Amino acid sequence: MSELAIDREIDRSKMQVSDEVAIEINGMNKWYGSFHVLRDINLTVNQGERIVIAGPSGSGKSTLIRCLNALEEHQQGRIVVDGTELSNDLKNIDKIRSEVGMVFQHFNLFPHLTILENCTLAPIWVRKTPKKEAEERAMHFLEKVKIPEQADKYPGQLSGGQQQRVAIARSLCMMPRIMLFDEPTSALDPEMIKEVLDTMIELAEEGMTMLCVTHEMGFARQVANRVIFMDAGQIVEQNEPEEFFNNPQSERTKLFLSQILGH
Amino acid sequence: MSDQTTNPIAFVAEGTIPPAPPPANETGIVKWLRENLFSGVTNTVLTVLSLLLIYVLVKNTMPWIFNGVWQANSLSECREILAGKTGACFAVLTERWPQLIYGFKYPEEAYWRPNLAFVLMLVAFAPVLFFDLPRKMLLFTAVYPFLAFWLIWGGTILVPLVALIGCVGASLVFRKLGSNSFAAGFFGAIATALVIWNVGGALIPEGASDNAWLTAVPSRDLGGFMLNMMLGVTCVSLSVPLGIALALGRQSNMPLIKWVCVIFIEFIRGVPLITLLFVASVMLAYFFPPDSTVDLFLRVVIMITMFSAAYIAEVIRGGLAALPRGQYEAADSLGLDYPQAMQLIILPQALKISIPGIVNVAVGLFKDTTLVSVISMFDLVGMIRGPILASTQWNGVYWELLGFAALLFFVVCYGISQYSQWLERRLATDHR
Repeated sequence: MSELAIDREIDRSKMQVSDEVAIEINGMNKWYGSFHVLRDINLTVNQGERIVIAGPSGSGKSTLIRCLNALEEHQQGRIVVDGTELSNDLKNIDKIRSEVGMVFQHFNLFPHLTILENCTLAPIWVRKTPKKEAEERAMHFLEKVKIPEQADKYPGQLSGGQQQRVAIARSLCMMPRIMLFDEPTSALDPEMIKEVLDTMIELAEEGMTMLCVTHEMGFARQVANRVIFMDAGQIVEQNEPEEFFNNPQSERTKLFLSQILGH
Repeated sequence: MSDQTTNPIAFVAEGTIPPAPPPANETGIVKWLRENLFSGVTNTVLTVLSLLLIYVLVKNTMPWIFNGVWQANSLSECREILAGKTGACFAVLTERWPQLIYGFKYPEEAYWRPNLAFVLMLVAFAPVLFFDLPRKMLLFTAVYPFLAFWLIWGGTILVPLVALIGCVGASLVFRKLGSNSFAAGFFGAIATALVIWNVGGALIPEGASDNAWLTAVPSRDLGGFMLNMMLGVTCVSLSVPLGIALALGRQSNMPLIKWVCVIFIEFIRGVPLITLLFVASVMLAYFFPPDSTVDLFLRVVIMITMFSAAYIAEVIRGGLAALPRGQYEAADSLGLDYPQAMQLIILPQALKISIPGIVNVAVGLFKDTTLVSVISMFDLVGMIRGPILASTQWNGVYWELLGFAALLFFVVCYGISQYSQWLERRLATDHR
């Protein structure tokens, strides 16, 4: 895929993986009806890791990260996010959700609110931040994703790439410790993919813990510290990007890589 | 040979073509006429025929309207004045004006009270309908129902005062308890209101209304277009929030709430309004304690509100279903809890989608208030059909009276419809 999207040197000085555990998944299983979507998932993510989850469509990669903030319910196993266990307790779920940012394939901005209101809504209502402070922080993050001048527009007036950057800024305004990306560039034109990837790289350079479901193998190669390959609901292979791309072990991974990188 | 000169596909623009004005017959009224009225043989013929039809209609109705008699005491007097000419007898409107507007029993010296209530209603609605107005005005909107009750029904001010205190107490309790648990706040608020109303009701001395500053007017003395307005306004304002609650309840994960809402909606929608009104006037008394006298107006309001709330609930359910799943997920992923997500994200969008449907129900409901004439309440249509047409002076004046009723309803309904279109334009932020 578009390996050309990244055209700059990446500053790795702050990309450090700490020993502190951010997410721990133990023996997690999930079914849709009788269909076994996620099979015995075990995964530990440390603070500061940048993980890319790849795999063919229907392999359960989106479902996996959506389980991490309880957008999907898992039926078996344990998920601990930032020291809080995901259970049916709504208080725990809301706590985890406010600490974990999520970026969606279709942006999911709130179309009836301006860009600035999109960014200040959750800090004001969930974190009870004073309005002025929330707006200052929102402008800070909008500057970071390079669209402060759009603050008073509505999402419908922005391009796809701009909307996705707003979505990232909106998540960042909650000061999350972990960011989940669910195919953030899949609905975008090639030119816009670059602007969104640039934003994600900057985030990685600041040491954010990131889990990205993406088909951008260039991003995986250069930014990730670990690539996870999923197929048919299970983790088939995981490795450092260099090894993963140059020396895949499983047949399934080899086939996938040849298809995705072959042309 | 070089490719440059022979390649038939190659083309390079030589410069920018400056914009020019369109040809004269492509602009203005000529173009409009040609495109809209005379674009072909068939359309030209249709245009001419329509003009003819309009001419015939106007030619025949205008004398009737312009020869109209405005001052007379009976139909026969009208006919004398007209002396065989074509002409309407609008005198019935001027002579029976108070009856058409206020009904035939409302005390004449108290007409200023509903008038004042009507003017204040416009003030109370303004901040709800036009949200650019200062939010402080909503305080008056909150007090208005009690004020209007006192103005129209009169009697002791203690009754609306106790009702107001009950509501204020309930909202305080809800604010206090509701921040922790919605259910606690909800039931706590209801309990508080009931306690205050019962205690307050017991404290109001017997006969407090007898010599009140505003003479008490019983509900059965209300009538005319005033009654239609009162029923319409009360029922629409009550049924929108109830409809929202029912629509959300129908989507609930809790089976009990869900099934209560589904059964309520399906049952009420499956019954004609006229049946519900008969239930209100005749049978509802069986459900209340034997010697309680629940006001007929209140019973009718309950029934019409339930009826339109069921319809509005379905309209809003459509709006909720039209929202992409992503909106719920985005709200969830930011950590908003259910009430916040509904209040800030889901309902503003779902209600915006539902505006045409809600307005449809509201307009229908407003016109349906004339059905109360069937259960012998003398609303505008009830007044016309009953006391006015049955009187010896005005027996037979159908066109003028019913045309007047139609005009009143049309003005209100057209106003509602225009407002909703303005609202839709105002709320359009999606720039599709």
